[in-house]
Amino acid sequence: MQRNNSRDAAHRRRWQRCSTAVAATTEMRGAAVVMQKTETLTKKEEHLLLPNAAIAIVPLPDATAPAHLPLLCRQPSAQPPHPAHSFGGGFRFYHLKELCHLLRSTNSFEAEAGRLMTGNESESELPVPPYPPIEPTAFDLIVIGTGLPESVISAAASASGKSVLHLDPNPFYGSHFSSLSIADLTHFLNSHSTPSSVCPDPLYSDVEISNYASRLLSQHPRNFNLDVSGPRVLFCADHAVDLMLKSGASHYLEFKSIDATFMLDADAKLCSVPDSRAAIFKDKSLGLMEKNQLMRFFKLVQGHLSLDESEENDVRISEEDLDSPFADFLTKMKLSHKIKSIVLYAIAMADYDQEVSEYVLKTRDGINRLALYNSSIGRLVLMFQNALGALIYPIYGQGELPQAFCRRAAVKGCLYVLRMPVISLLTDQNSGSYKGVRLASGQDILSHKLVLDPSFTVPGSLASSHQQLQESFQAFSLSDNKGKVARGICITRSSLKPDLSNFLVIFPPRSLFPEQVTSIRVLQLGGNLAVCPVGMFVLYFSALCDEVNQGKKLLHAALSALQKLLVTGTAGNSSTAQSEDMEEAKPTLLWSALYIQDLSLGQFGSIISTPTPDGNLNYNDLLDATEKLYWKLYPKEELFPETTSSPENSEDDAGLTLES
Amino acid sequence: MHGRPRKPLKPEDAAASAAKAEKLRVLQSQFLHNHHNHIYSKEAVELSTKLLETNPELYTAWNYRKLAVQHKLTENDSDPDSLKSILDEELRVVESALRQNFKSYGAWHHRKWILSKGHSSIDNELRLLDKFQKADSRNFHAWNYRRFVAASMNRSEEDELKYTEDMICNNFSNYSAWHNRSLLLSNLLKRKVEGFVSKEKVLPDEYEFVHQAIFTDPDDQSGWFYHLWLLDQTVRVDSPQLVSSWPTPGSDLILLGDRCLDGCASSPFTRFHLDSRTFPLVLYFNQAVEGVNSSTITVDSELNTNKDLVWKPLSSCNSKAAQVWVTQLNLPDGNTHSSKVFPVEDSSPISSLYQLSIKNDNELTDFEWRAATIAKEIDHFRELLSLINCKIGKLTLARLLMAHDAMMCPPANKISHSEEVLELYNDLMRLDPTHVQYYKDQHSLVLLQQVTSNWESLLSRCFHYSNSPSNRGSPMCLQLKNLSLSRLGSFDKLLWVQMLDLSHNELRSIEGLEALQLLSCLNLSNNILGSFTALEPIRQLKSLRALNISYNEIGAHSIDTTKYLCSSPLSHSVGSEWNHGQTVIDDDIKSYWEAYFILKGLNLTQFDIVGNAIVNEKFKSFLIKVLPGLKWLDGEQLH
Repeated sequence: MQRNNSRDAAHRRRWQRCSTAVAATTEMRGAAVVMQKTETLTKKEEHLLLPNAAIAIVPLPDATAPAHLPLLCRQPSAQPPHPAHSFGGGFRFYHLKELCHLLRSTNSFEAEAGRLMTGNESESELPVPPYPPIEPTAFDLIVIGTGLPESVISAAASASGKSVLHLDPNPFYGSHFSSLSIADLTHFLNSHSTPSSVCPDPLYSDVEISNYASRLLSQHPRNFNLDVSGPRVLFCADHAVDLMLKSGASHYLEFKSIDATFMLDADAKLCSVPDSRAAIFKDKSLGLMEKNQLMRFFKLVQGHLSLDESEENDVRISEEDLDSPFADFLTKMKLSHKIKSIVLYAIAMADYDQEVSEYVLKTRDGINRLALYNSSIGRLVLMFQNALGALIYPIYGQGELPQAFCRRAAVKGCLYVLRMPVISLLTDQNSGSYKGVRLASGQDILSHKLVLDPSFTVPGSLASSHQQLQESFQAFSLSDNKGKVARGICITRSSLKPDLSNFLVIFPPRSLFPEQVTSIRVLQLGGNLAVCPVGMFVLYFSALCDEVNQGKKLLHAALSALQKLLVTGTAGNSSTAQSEDMEEAKPTLLWSALYIQDLSLGQFGSIISTPTPDGNLNYNDLLDATEKLYWKLYPKEELFPETTSSPENSEDDAGLTLES
Repeated sequence: MHGRPRKPLKPEDAAASAAKAEKLRVLQSQFLHNHHNHIYSKEAVELSTKLLETNPELYTAWNYRKLAVQHKLTENDSDPDSLKSILDEELRVVESALRQNFKSYGAWHHRKWILSKGHSSIDNELRLLDKFQKADSRNFHAWNYRRFVAASMNRSEEDELKYTEDMICNNFSNYSAWHNRSLLLSNLLKRKVEGFVSKEKVLPDEYEFVHQAIFTDPDDQSGWFYHLWLLDQTVRVDSPQLVSSWPTPGSDLILLGDRCLDGCASSPFTRFHLDSRTFPLVLYFNQAVEGVNSSTITVDSELNTNKDLVWKPLSSCNSKAAQVWVTQLNLPDGNTHSSKVFPVEDSSPISSLYQLSIKNDNELTDFEWRAATIAKEIDHFRELLSLINCKIGKLTLARLLMAHDAMMCPPANKISHSEEVLELYNDLMRLDPTHVQYYKDQHSLVLLQQVTSNWESLLSRCFHYSNSPSNRGSPMCLQLKNLSLSRLGSFDKLLWVQMLDLSHNELRSIEGLEALQLLSCLNLSNNILGSFTALEPIRQLKSLRALNISYNEIGAHSIDTTKYLCSSPLSHSVGSEWNHGQTVIDDDIKSYWEAYFILKGLNLTQFDIVGNAIVNEKFKSFLIKVLPGLKWLDGEQLH
C-alpha cells in the first residue's frame, strides 16, 4: 500500500516535470519567432547540407573573415529532427525557476505551451520550427552534445563564471548517455549506425533490434527509459556521486539501491556474490571455511587500506605482492577458485580473463577496486539505513545524470539550445586556430573554446590540406579504433530471480563459451525504477570486444544464457497446464536490441573531444578523463570547487536522495 | 553508537557545557524547591519537563513526575480523556528525554511505570522501539524495554524470534539480539510450543545459524557467546541426576575398626577406616537439589536399623538446596573390633521435584544426538583452528572436548581428549596472559578429571603412609601434590578419600572440598591460601583429625580477597551462626575471629600452620584454646 503511494507520488512528480519540460521547449520555439536570418548560405553550402550530409566545406571569402572548417559528423542525420521527437520518452527538463535564465520572450510562451498541453502534438501538423537566433553571439565556451562528460564540463565552466553555449543536435538531453523510449532508441541507434560517404565510421554498428510483442509494447509508448550506454550503475562512493554532491546536481536526482549481485557459477546457476560482512554471513552457498577465508581476505584488504603507506607494518600487503597480478595474489591467499572469480569479476569487476589475457589486473589496482566497493557499502549504509550493497541507480534511468548537470549549468547561466546541429567550424584564416562554429541556422557563433561530443570528428585528411591546421588537429586523428563494447538491451516479462527486481549479474570469462575472454555484466532493472512498466524488466548487458564478430558472439551467447535463465526462473512459477499455455502465448522476452559501440577516449587539441561511453559499469574512468580535459581547458580552475557550493547542498552526503 | 572514537572537548564546547551546567543548576534548584513543597502546578511540572529534557539522568525529577501524575490522577479520577492526556504527555516527555540520551535508566523506567498505568497504545511502543533500535541496534535498554513491551502486549515469541533473526542478519555483531534469541528460545523450549518441542529439532538449526557468524568473523564475540549458550543447552540434562555416592550403590563395605585387621580387603575404595560410632552416607548430585530426606531416599543396609535418617545439605550459605547431601549411619554396638562386610544399597533416590529415573529410551536417543552434535562441533572447530590461530576458538574446542569426554564417560571410556585439552589450555595461557588465571583453573579441573577418570590412574597416586603401623590395614593417602592445581574439582570421583595430600599446588581456595565427608587427614601445605575464610569448606568436614596448612599466605594480605572470589561469601554464614553456642568472646577471638569461625567446630588432633604470616605466640595460644583436642601443633606434641 505504502509502495503504491510512493509510486503515485513519483508519477505526480514526473508529470510536473513533464509539464515544465513542455514549457522549456516552448521557450525555444518562442525565441524562434523573433529570429532573423543574418546570413544566407551559398549555393555550395546548401548543397552540402542535403539530408544525411554532415559535412560543410566553406570556401574562405576573404582574409579577415573566419575560415570555415569542415566538420565531419559521425551522426549522419544532422538535419533538424522532427519536432515530434522532442516528446519521446527522454524529454524533460527545467524547473520554472531555471527557466527564468533561459526565457527571454514570454509573449508566445503561453500560447505555445497551451497548444502543446492540449496534446496537439501530431507529427504532421507541427511545422519544422524556424531556428532561433542566439544572443549573444560570442561565448567563452561552446559545448556540442549533452552527454555526461559534456554536461559536466559545461556545468563546471558555468559554475566558475564562464559564459557557455550548450548545443545538441538531438531533441533530447544526454546524447550517448541518454535514456530513451523504444522508438527513440531505435531511431537513435539506426541513425548513428548507418555508414555513408560522409560518415564512413559511425559510432554504432551491427544494430539488431527484435520486437516479439509489438502490440503489448505499443501500449506503453512512454513508459520506457532505456539507457543507450547500459548497463551502468553508480558505486555509492564513486567519483560520479562526489561530483553530483559537489556540483549540486544531486538535487535533481533520486536513487535506488541495487539489491544484489549474482554470478553465473560452474553449474550455470546464479550464485549470490557475498560482497560484505553481512552478505557473507547470510550467504547460503559458501562453506564455513570459505566464509572464513573470504572475510579474512576482506579484513586483510581493509587493514592494508587503513594504514599509512609510510608505515612499516605486517598488516600491509608487500610492494612485491602489490605489483603482482591480482589473480596470483588471490591464489596466494588460498582463496578457492569460486571465491577468486567472485572477487575478480563480481567485486573488482575485471573485464578480461585474468588467467590468460594480457590485460591483467595488478594487485594494487584490484585492492583499489575492492576499496571503492567497500567504501560504497559503507557510504550506502551511512546514508540510508538498511540499504544493502554498494550500487545505486537513478530513478528514470541514467539519462537523468547528464540532465541534472545541464540543469546545474542552466542555473549558473549556461544557455541551452537543443535540436541545433552545427555544420561547420570557423577558424582564423591566418593562424588556423579555432574561432567559432556555424549553426544549422546559418548563424555564426564565436567562442574561445569548443568541446565536442564524440559523434563529431574533424577529419585529419581534410585538415592536412590546411598547413596551418595540421599541427593542432593531429591530436584529433582517429587513433582510437582499438576497442569496442558490445551492448544489449532486453525487455522481459519476468525477472531472472523471482523475488528480486534490481540486481547485477556477472557472466565471468569462459562461463558461457570457451573463447569468451571478457566478462559480461548484466543489469536487471524493474518497474520500480521507472525505466519500464511495472511487471516488466529491462536487462542491459555489455562486454568488451576487439572486433564486431567477437562482440556479436558475446551478445548472442549472453542473450541465450539470459533466456535460459528466464525459462528456468519462470518454470517454477507456472505449474498448471493453463498457465503454461499462457506462457506460450506470451513470450517472456518481449524486445531486444544488440549493438556494438566504438570506444574512443577523449582528445585534446585546441578543440576538446569528449570520450565515448566506456565499457565499465560506473562512470569513474569517464569522469577522470573528463576532469583531465577540463583541467586542460581551464588549467587554473578546479572542477566544482568546494567554495562555490551553495548552502542548499551543504548537507553533503544527505544531499543524495534514495527512495526505499 | 559503537566503535566511534571519543574526541577531546574543544575549548568552545567546554565553555558551552559550562553555560549549560549553570542553566541546569538554576532549573534544578527551582525544581527541588517545588518538589520539597509538593507543588504540582502546571508551571512546576513544566519546569521539570524542561529540566528532564536537558538532563534525563535526574532520578529525582522522574520521581517527582510520578508524584505529580498520581496527584493529577486523583484529581481527575472520573474523566478518561484527561487521564489519557496526562499519560500521553508523560510519554511525550520520556520520548524527548530519550532523544537526548537513550541510555537513561530513569527515562526508560518512567516509561514502564506510565505503561503500567494503562491507557496507552502498546503498538506505539513498538514503533518507538524500532526507531531507537535503528539508531543503535545494540542498545540494551531498548532491548530490555522490548522484552517488557512484547510481554505486556502478548506478542508471540516466535515473532520476536524472527525479529532477532532480522537484526542479526543486518549485523551479526549484535550481542543483544543473540542474547534475546537465547532467552526466547529457552522460553519456547520450556513451554514446549509447537515447533519447539525438542531441543534435538531446534538446536541444530541454531548451531548452523551461529556458525555463519563465528566462521565469517571469528574475531567478533557475539557469536561465541551464543555458541557457549548452545553448548550449555546441548550438554545440560534437564532433570537432576545422582552423579555418585558413597558408598557406591550395591557395594559391600568393609569397615575397619581401631585395631585394624588385614581382612579380605579387595578394593581400597570401599574400605573405610572407622574411628567413631557412625559413618556417613554421601549423595553427590549434578546440580543443587532440595528435599532429600528419609522419605525420598531409601537406604537398604544391614546396619540400617534406625529408619529416620537425617539428611543434611552441605551448603555453605544455609540454603535448602545443595549438590551434596550427607547423613550419618549409626553403627551397632560391639562390632567395632572386627571387620565385617555390610552390604549397603541406595535405591531410587527421589528428590522432591524430579523423578531421578534410570536412563530410559528417550534419554538414550537424546544422548545420541547430543554426542553427535558435540562431535560435529569438534570437527568444525578443529578445521577452523587449522586455518587461523584464534584464542576463543581454542577455548571453545577445549570446552567441546571436555563435554564430549563427560558425555562418553558413562557408557564407554574409550578415548579421552584430556591430553589435547591440557595442551590447549597451556597454549591459551601463553597466548592470552590477561586471562591466565582462568585458564589455569580450567587446566587444574581437566587435570583432576584425568587423574580421577579411572581406577588405575587413581591407584597410581595412592600411597600408604610409611609411619603407619600397618601398611595394609590403614587407609591410603591420595597424593595430588605438585600438580600446579589452582582449583579443585572432580569431587564426585573422590568421595571415598580419607587422606588427601594437596600440598605444593597453587590453591587459593578449596571450594567444594566439603563433599569429601570421609576426609580425616588433609594436607594443604605450600599453597597460596590467603586467609582462613578460604578454608570454609573444612567446617563441614566433621571427621577431619589432621590438617596441615603450613607455608601458605594466611595473614599475609591485609585485605581478604577470597570474600569476593568465593561463590559463598563467608559473611553470610557468619551472621547467622555467630550467636548460638557462644560462650565468651575474648580478645583473642576478636582478633582471630575468622580462624575461630573455621576451626571452632573441628575436632583436630594434629594441626600444622607454620610458615604463615599470621603465626605468632599469641596465635598459637589462641589455637590451643580453640582446639582443645589438639595433640600436635606444628610437629610439637602438646601436653
